[in-house]
Amino acid sequence: MKFTLSWLKDHLDTDASLDTIVERLTAIGLEVESVDDKARLEPFVIARVLTAEKHPDADKLRVLTVDAGDGRPVQVVCGAPNARAGLVGAFAGPGTFIPGTGITLGVGKIRGVESWGMMCSERELELSEDHDGIIDLPADAPVGVSYAEWAGLADPLIEINLTPNRPDATGVHGIARDLAASGLGTLKTGPVEPVAAGGACPVKVRIDAPDLCPGFALRLVRGVTNGPSPKWLQRRLKAIGLRPINALVDITNYITFDRGRPLHVFDAAKVKGDLVVRRAEAGETVLALDGRSYALTPDMCVIADGNGVESIAGIMGGEHSGCDEATTDVLIESALWEPLNVARTGRSLGIITDARYRFERGVDPAFMAPGLELATRMVLDLCGGTPTETEIAGHAEHQPKIVAFPVAEVRRLTGLDVPAEDSLAILSRLGFRPEGMGAVVDVAVPSWRPDIDGKADLVEEVMRMRGVDAIAPAPLGGHDAVNGRILTGLQIRTRATRRALAVRGMMEAVTWSFIPEAHARLFGGGQPALKLSNPIAADMSDMRPSLLPGLIAAAQRNADRGLGDVALFEVSGTYEGDAPDRQRRVAAGVRRGTARAEGAGRHWSGNAAPVDVFDAKADALAALEAAGAPVDRLQIEAGAPGWYHPGRSGIIKLGPKTVLGTFGVFHPKTLAALDVSGPLCGFEVFIDAVPEAKAKATRTKPRLDLSAFQAVKRDFAFVVDRAVEAGTLLRAAAAADRRLITTVSVFDVFEGASLGEGKKSVAIEVSIQPVEKTLTDEDFEALAGRIVENVKKQTGGVLRG
Amino acid sequence: MTDIAALETMLMAEIASAADETSVEAVRLAALGKKGSVSELLKTLGSMSPEDRQAKGPAINGLKNRVAEALAERRATLRDAAIEARLAAETVDVTLPVRPSPASQGRIHPISQVIDEITAIFGDLGFQIAEGPDIETDYYNFTALNFPEGHPAREMHDTFFFNPGPDGTRKLLRTHTSPVQIRTMEAKKPPIRIVIPGKTYRQDSDATHSPMFHQVEGLVIDRTANVANMKWVLEEFCKAFFEVPAVKMRFRPSFFPFTEPSLEVDIQCDRSRPGEVRFGEGSDWMEILGCGMVHPNVLRHGGLDPDEYQGFAWGMGIDRIAMLKYGMPDLRAFFDADVRWLEHYGFRPLDMPTLFGGLSS
Repeated sequence: MKFTLSWLKDHLDTDASLDTIVERLTAIGLEVESVDDKARLEPFVIARVLTAEKHPDADKLRVLTVDAGDGRPVQVVCGAPNARAGLVGAFAGPGTFIPGTGITLGVGKIRGVESWGMMCSERELELSEDHDGIIDLPADAPVGVSYAEWAGLADPLIEINLTPNRPDATGVHGIARDLAASGLGTLKTGPVEPVAAGGACPVKVRIDAPDLCPGFALRLVRGVTNGPSPKWLQRRLKAIGLRPINALVDITNYITFDRGRPLHVFDAAKVKGDLVVRRAEAGETVLALDGRSYALTPDMCVIADGNGVESIAGIMGGEHSGCDEATTDVLIESALWEPLNVARTGRSLGIITDARYRFERGVDPAFMAPGLELATRMVLDLCGGTPTETEIAGHAEHQPKIVAFPVAEVRRLTGLDVPAEDSLAILSRLGFRPEGMGAVVDVAVPSWRPDIDGKADLVEEVMRMRGVDAIAPAPLGGHDAVNGRILTGLQIRTRATRRALAVRGMMEAVTWSFIPEAHARLFGGGQPALKLSNPIAADMSDMRPSLLPGLIAAAQRNADRGLGDVALFEVSGTYEGDAPDRQRRVAAGVRRGTARAEGAGRHWSGNAAPVDVFDAKADALAALEAAGAPVDRLQIEAGAPGWYHPGRSGIIKLGPKTVLGTFGVFHPKTLAALDVSGPLCGFEVFIDAVPEAKAKATRTKPRLDLSAFQAVKRDFAFVVDRAVEAGTLLRAAAAADRRLITTVSVFDVFEGASLGEGKKSVAIEVSIQPVEKTLTDEDFEALAGRIVENVKKQTGGVLRG
Repeated sequence: MTDIAALETMLMAEIASAADETSVEAVRLAALGKKGSVSELLKTLGSMSPEDRQAKGPAINGLKNRVAEALAERRATLRDAAIEARLAAETVDVTLPVRPSPASQGRIHPISQVIDEITAIFGDLGFQIAEGPDIETDYYNFTALNFPEGHPAREMHDTFFFNPGPDGTRKLLRTHTSPVQIRTMEAKKPPIRIVIPGKTYRQDSDATHSPMFHQVEGLVIDRTANVANMKWVLEEFCKAFFEVPAVKMRFRPSFFPFTEPSLEVDIQCDRSRPGEVRFGEGSDWMEILGCGMVHPNVLRHGGLDPDEYQGFAWGMGIDRIAMLKYGMPDLRAFFDADVRWLEHYGFRPLDMPTLFGGLSS
């Protein structure tokens, strides 16, 4: 919503400065988006061209002497075709900033002739796009006077960013009312006086769609003379960015902004028969005033006559019955339209107009008839003519909403102490009508405030008029003990997992929740329930079933930029269904190239090998450990999902049913489908599947018994079938004596012809911690025997000879 | 006598010229060994007369001791020299670079870091962290939050919808974190003090809008919480978050369907330095959040009597306040996973925001 200061002062009697007004507008909720104080136009003065000679060295340039009123004519080189002796225009001296070109003038030499300023075009002053010549003013324009001042261009322009709940502030009058209520001046404009009218309106109105049109007022004015509107009116419209058309049209635009009351004028000679307000018929089209043709649907409301559709209700008139300079009889329409329908129609047709802007917010129903009177008054003043009586259809008198207002509510909700009579006085100034005094007052809501529903709305009115600044911040009480834990278990696990993965040298990415359908399908997703019906792009269509496709794509993007060794992770949501409990909390990561935890790339101490399944496994286990999973009880099995390499991947389980994660290098088909290259490994762990630690009565850790005897290590190498899993062998060795054996680790795996076909050697180191006594050679031998026996029983392996 | 002196001179010269342990040992054997020259002299003492012995004994014994001492000294010198030589041989170029530690390479995304910062601040104010699903129903995202039928936000051009299910209803991607307000009210009775960080989605895409972004929402409900308390909480938050001793904030009346009264909040700042915003100084205003008293209809939808309970809520963009605080120019880069960006704008894994250690270093 734009308006000028002088326009505001038509309605508001105030001595307040521009700055004060601007500040107040924002403070009462009419946020000022921009102010143009026009100060940049100040240096331009009216000047007369005394002489104009051809430039000695340029055909298209002239050398002028210009009198800017200070008695010292200056020489100016000018290229404008209309530059001539006697012309009166706008002059800018050296040092002036030219807004239209962004240049600050200096004294220059143009083709060898000195130029002490310039005569300006409208475009150079940003007044219009006109650059065909320099400004050409009437010969009696006062030389030496500020051009902007003289031309009424110095009027500051204010633009407010209007919230959708304030239709009353779509007119200058309503804005003035708000400012006056806040104590900044007094509202000048009173009720509209009806014009003297005679005879019934010959064109009748029938409303066939009363749900879309709660009222319609129409009047004929005969014998008008339509032409350009007066300068003051054109100036105001131009100031707010509107193009003057002709007096009749300009009047409707003026009242739209002056009162938030959109109107329409029909050339009565072009209207056939009576007007009907109805839904459009399927297939109907209308050529609108913007010169475009619109296809209408029965969801839309139109004004039609014997010729067909003449106007799209509340949005834009039709070209056919529009008013032009030949119009002599004009039908003026002031109607009410259902806001939601106007909004929907405007959206589906893609039309944004000042009328739609107001009707979709809801125009004042009580101002329908006065608005028509005001328009008629202006038509009579500017175009002459004789008005008929007003034809009104479908309009019921506005019944004010009554809100029961407990005056103490202001203090309850805002903390602001406002005496009851002050609160009620504020409401009265805004046009509310409080009835009586007391703890609870019935307040009648003015017709122009459809946004007011309940007492909280009235609190807001009092608060914004009193000033939010008047509310002193008050501490939020009730917090007088040491804080307990504030995060849920899942939040703590999420946070810890994130830090643990970053500590492993990975960088946290945040990738899109929606991915291409093909990627979703590749990772087990793509079901209809998780498909967006209006994705922002075709490749952002499906909610991700896994974090991996996004991370893999991200790794490839980095590789494409020349950074092939990247380690990325993400801790976020994936989606198995559209119910709240089907959103999972997952941590996933990928490593590409040689981006291993120990370091990437070549190094004098040893080059990093390409990433493999064990990098991913280590990440997955680290993530799970940070997430609080019991890592010593986890089982690693083959059988990861199909997007992994079947022989170089695994799943991590807790018990037979709970899958906590998967890891591995990716299937070549996955890489091909994602159009990425490796080496690439990745993992995914399900943080929300990690069981919540049992609540403990005490934080005491279990007793620690330290053995007094020396720990020892013994090595064994077993020859087993190639298919035997190291995990099985390790478990078998450890089970030989759970009291004495503390850890078993694999330190070598070897396959070779010497071992025989399909065999491998697995060498393990067994750590033994005697607990009761130092072990004798016989004790060790017995223990070794049990280890060998157990391994043989579980794996068929034998000690390597 | 002169024999002894001559022997000593000779032995000392041999010791001094012994170049290694073996030579020293050879000298020792030749002098102090069983048949060594000094040992032979010592043997002569037995057959001497007591007078001779008294005269020669100290001389010969003295010679033996001096030779033994000289041998030990020579050995020590040679050992030190050997160590010096070994150490010299073992010297490496310590300027060779080591591999960086993984913890120095890993990064936490600014969004996660800022959520942790917010958590630290509101944890101190007695708030809990609440979360909710990204895929929501129309009821939780709009109806319960007092959005009227036909509100533009409910249109396809603003909100992401899923295809309608068998019952005709269509789910959507939440457009704000506010549905968690309702879910929280349904789950627990006041007093409620929560902040809700999370992902949100809107049909928008340019340098400052992303179809996916992050919001943090706050909700306080009890029997007395009012605008004055809200102003205090938000001012305290902004000071703590931007780590400045004072901020000037401007609360402007505004409009949201789910609050009444509603306010927008601007924060005073200095934007005169390119790429940098300084808070607590300057003369620009920057919009930073929206807030208000929870609308009575929202309280009712949460199962609370608006005449008994009251409270306030606010919401702001996590990405946006992260951009403001840390000077990141383009929102789209947040979701691009460019490791150069992550390396530069991300946080080290052990830089954990706390109030006792400062939010950021």
